[in-house]
Amino acid sequence: MNGFGWLTVLWALPAAGALAVFAVPRSRPVVAKAFALTVALATLAVSIGLAAAFDTGGDRYQFIVDHDWIPAIGVGYHLGLDGIGVALMLLTAVLVPLLVLAGWRDPDRTAPPWAPSGAQPAASGPQDNEPRGNGRPAHTYVALVLATTAMVMVAFTALDIFLFYVVFEAMLIPLYFLIGGFGPNAAEEGRRSRAAVKFLLYNLLGGLIMLAAVIGVYVVTAADSSPFASGTFDLPAIAQAVSAGQLAISAPVANALFAGFMFAFAVKAPLWPFHTWMPDAAVYTTPSVAVLMMAVVDKVGTFAMLRFCLELFPDASRRFAPWIVALSVVAVVYGAILAIGQRDVMRLIAYTSISHFGFIILGIFALTSQGQSGSTLYMVNHGLSTAALFLIAGFLVSRRGTRAISAFGGVQRVAPVLAGTFLVAGMATLSLPGLAPFISEFLVLIGTYTRYGAAAVIATIALALSAVYILWLYQRVMGGKTDEGNHRLADLGRRELVVVTPLIALLLVLGLYPKPMLDVINPGVRAVDTQTDTSDAGPRQPTPGAGAGAADADDVPARDVPAGGEAAGGQGVQP
Amino acid sequence: MNAGHSTTVLAASTPAPQIDYAALAPMIAVFGAAVLGVIAEAFLPRRGRYAAQLVLAAAGAVGGFAAVVTLAGTESAVMDGSVIVDGATLFMQGTILLVGALSLLLFAQRRAAAPGGAGKREAVPAGTSDASDALAFDVADAPAPEAGVEPSGTTGPPGRGLDAFAAQASSVPGSPSESMADRVGIAQTEVFPLAMFAIGGMMLFPASGDLITMFIALEVLSLPLYLLCGLARYRRLISQEAALKYFLLGAFSSAFFIFGAALLYGYAGTVSLTGIGDVVRERVAADGPGGPTVLALTGAGLLSVGLLFKVGAVPFHSWIPDVYQGAPTPVTAFMASATKIAAFGALLRVFLTALPALHDQWRPVIWAVAIVTMVFGSVAALTQTDVKRMLAYSSVSHIGFMLTALVPASEDGLSAALFYLVAYGFSALGAFAMVGLVRRRGGRGPEGGPVQEEPDTARWAGLGRRHPLFAAALALLLLAFAGIPLTSGFVAKFVVFSAALSADEIALVVVGVVCSAIAAFFYIRVIVLMFFADSHPGMPRVIRPSAPVVVTVAVSVAVTVVLGVAPQPVLDLAWHAAPMLS
Repeated sequence: MNGFGWLTVLWALPAAGALAVFAVPRSRPVVAKAFALTVALATLAVSIGLAAAFDTGGDRYQFIVDHDWIPAIGVGYHLGLDGIGVALMLLTAVLVPLLVLAGWRDPDRTAPPWAPSGAQPAASGPQDNEPRGNGRPAHTYVALVLATTAMVMVAFTALDIFLFYVVFEAMLIPLYFLIGGFGPNAAEEGRRSRAAVKFLLYNLLGGLIMLAAVIGVYVVTAADSSPFASGTFDLPAIAQAVSAGQLAISAPVANALFAGFMFAFAVKAPLWPFHTWMPDAAVYTTPSVAVLMMAVVDKVGTFAMLRFCLELFPDASRRFAPWIVALSVVAVVYGAILAIGQRDVMRLIAYTSISHFGFIILGIFALTSQGQSGSTLYMVNHGLSTAALFLIAGFLVSRRGTRAISAFGGVQRVAPVLAGTFLVAGMATLSLPGLAPFISEFLVLIGTYTRYGAAAVIATIALALSAVYILWLYQRVMGGKTDEGNHRLADLGRRELVVVTPLIALLLVLGLYPKPMLDVINPGVRAVDTQTDTSDAGPRQPTPGAGAGAADADDVPARDVPAGGEAAGGQGVQP
Repeated sequence: MNAGHSTTVLAASTPAPQIDYAALAPMIAVFGAAVLGVIAEAFLPRRGRYAAQLVLAAAGAVGGFAAVVTLAGTESAVMDGSVIVDGATLFMQGTILLVGALSLLLFAQRRAAAPGGAGKREAVPAGTSDASDALAFDVADAPAPEAGVEPSGTTGPPGRGLDAFAAQASSVPGSPSESMADRVGIAQTEVFPLAMFAIGGMMLFPASGDLITMFIALEVLSLPLYLLCGLARYRRLISQEAALKYFLLGAFSSAFFIFGAALLYGYAGTVSLTGIGDVVRERVAADGPGGPTVLALTGAGLLSVGLLFKVGAVPFHSWIPDVYQGAPTPVTAFMASATKIAAFGALLRVFLTALPALHDQWRPVIWAVAIVTMVFGSVAALTQTDVKRMLAYSSVSHIGFMLTALVPASEDGLSAALFYLVAYGFSALGAFAMVGLVRRRGGRGPEGGPVQEEPDTARWAGLGRRHPLFAAALALLLLAFAGIPLTSGFVAKFVVFSAALSADEIALVVVGVVCSAIAAFFYIRVIVLMFFADSHPGMPRVIRPSAPVVVTVAVSVAVTVVLGVAPQPVLDLAWHAAPMLS
């Protein structure tokens, strides 16, 4: 599978699908959606094929595609898949068809999803017959989803910094139109459009600051003292030169460049205190779009921290790590506390995500291989559990037309399947042992404890808080007496079950048997660690590949690689 | 530079220099077409002028472009060094010809014979999908069937004059003679030769090898523009005000320019750019960068005032919003694209050929101007509600980005600026072309007929729902202005910033990045209005453009995307064009 450009297929397929969907006649929105679903499933098939063919003991980057793109500024079209990429590619490929299916009726504004209960007269205004979006909302909707997917796939496989930057920024545009253009509640159009603008401007600012840093990397590689003949954006080559000490970046420059990259990723991820765009965007748009944003697109931010920040600037990463760990711990606790106080189901779940993103970033910047393996696994698991929780909550909300927790109660009596799946997804979110997120959270905490004991202890508080917000939410919404207005709530329909079942199944499977996933992730994380560690010729050079052979997560994690050399000062200069 | 010197010496001994007409062929073609256009205007009957002028202009543009392509790769100093034909010249001449010819296609849009039937059409329920696109009122199309409905204020259907230009510039706005001229269908076809003269001047401007030629080129390009600015059919008073303002301020800037040229001549004893460059270099080498250069600095400063005025850099920008707003929209498109390229080319020529030895002295000045221009342009655009003014301020901020590339005075910077000029030129052309298509039912008397341009973005709310293709294309161009990846604007900003960062101009890049973020806000505000805001009954419509306008818009959108996805060929061209002949 190596010779053929399968990674090109991986993104070209949804990209072509996004264009081709407009060939479907305007009057056949169902055909357009079915077509998009087919494309998404085909992308999933390609992903599964790639993951199956991925050799966990082989080269770090596989299925490499490498061509010139803009040689004048040293830009290449360079794609490659490593273990971390495999995990996130699979997450994306699994979620997108489910999201297309979950959002099946979202673009059909003429028939609001909550029409049966008739609780929202605001939606049946005179504008209902006016075509929204651009006259073919279903086409636009699925095209934007597929376009976002294509760019996310490029982001997870890009080995060229410029190429990554291009899709990192460009994916904001389709997502912006999804957030601003589609939402369940016509009455909230103004707030939704403001949320979309906030999302875009926030991320654009992050991206532009990163642009300065990207150019800075180019200038550094183009400098006379660099080992490169001319400027380059090739990630493996630069990371190699950095770790071999050939590319000397002075400490202040490295700090500035690291900060430029990290700012963009921290906005994207989102890390407290750069998170404020996220709850609004997640609440006002449709649940599927919100899941696409939180579970898939935001992962590009955490993924990029692991791939770009650590590999390009290992010394600067070590210098900044304590600060970022501190911010992550604040995010973990802050997100959890705010989640407890929410009166809106969707907003509550959005804040739990901020807490979980804190965990992911904590694990990455603990700079231990357990932490990073745990974080990568957490990215996948958070994607699955958030998708499940948010989509089921979305199904529930669509039945009543309100997101207020107080409007619900006793749902488990009338809709037991809905309540049951919601409970499983909620338990996954609070990291109950046996469900997927538990292992990743455990790994993150262990990985952090070896380096930042206090941080790990404080973060553990959030475990208790997560039990509070999830169980209290369940009790208020699903438990108790069946409230007036909830008597006629329908249970999950067939389409909704098709969406929820795979998510719940994956949460259970990965919770009980995460080995296959960790087998893929661990070599990738070890490669990051090796790159990061070899550059500091510190006295405590550890045995390379701590945790080697300990691919199974159930093993007691090996004593971790101490990243040594905490002292600041241009260590990259050392030979 | 030695070659330049020897040519000068040679020229002094031989009174009639050999003229290499082949190297001048692009300009000869354009000026020839312009002169023939004037003759045609004088002798052809009115009926045939429109077609004849179009053919002449097209022939001139195509011939000129063919000559540019043929000349590619050659370098020569023609006419005793007063015209320099090198890679940069040809690159800019080719670009000016392309965007100029596309602007002429905008000039050519004609009015519909009858605007009647308004009430009937408005009555069609909004948004019955297919019908919504067809709801546009036709300006370019053949007489509408409902011609029997008399529009109020006129006594007959207006003739098919040019859409953007007043039928008779001399008639008083709102007077009976104006509506008479309108009805008879007088078309001001002289705009075509005027524009061709302007294009010729623009081609000469960055090619000038001495200050006198440059001044003549400046006047040749400016005078037709002053006139063209005053010819708008819609909002004629603003248009005439704009023309007067532009003329007065332009005359001031010309005076600054020629005063600076005189001082530089006094300093160097020559008006040749290369000659000035040599003298400055020798004196600086001999005396150090001290006293003797005061005359040169004063001259260079005054010269820069004239040039910075033409490109519209702060603090010489104040004419830009007024003129861009008042001028007929196709003329605005023309000025924002072609004139910018020409003026910036001349600026590059002066600074990089005549004044490189004074780089230490002018660098901080241009550095400050670039920063102020970026900041002011972006911030001022934030508060604009008129889309033409907003794009005008945005063009000011773009000039700031281009000046960023001039600060290091490097070849990287030069090629980055050239690329930026192409990218911005095409995007600006397309954006102004599209802005001119948004119309509302007027009602302000007969001055502009019943259909008016609608530049107020607040009234554009919901436009994207009725005209999705139009709004999507405009959104793409706005995203290119904002510098979003996969558009030309991103690559342009990238090369400019990397040229600046290579020279350790960190402050410039940081300011540029922050200004890009600020600028993104007002571009996105328009997109939000078009797509996400609720429409209202008085919403303007997009007229159905004639085929030439469609071509212009399509080409500019295509260039914007292609330069964003596959910029390598144009980057190569800009790269090869970069070393200026000196």
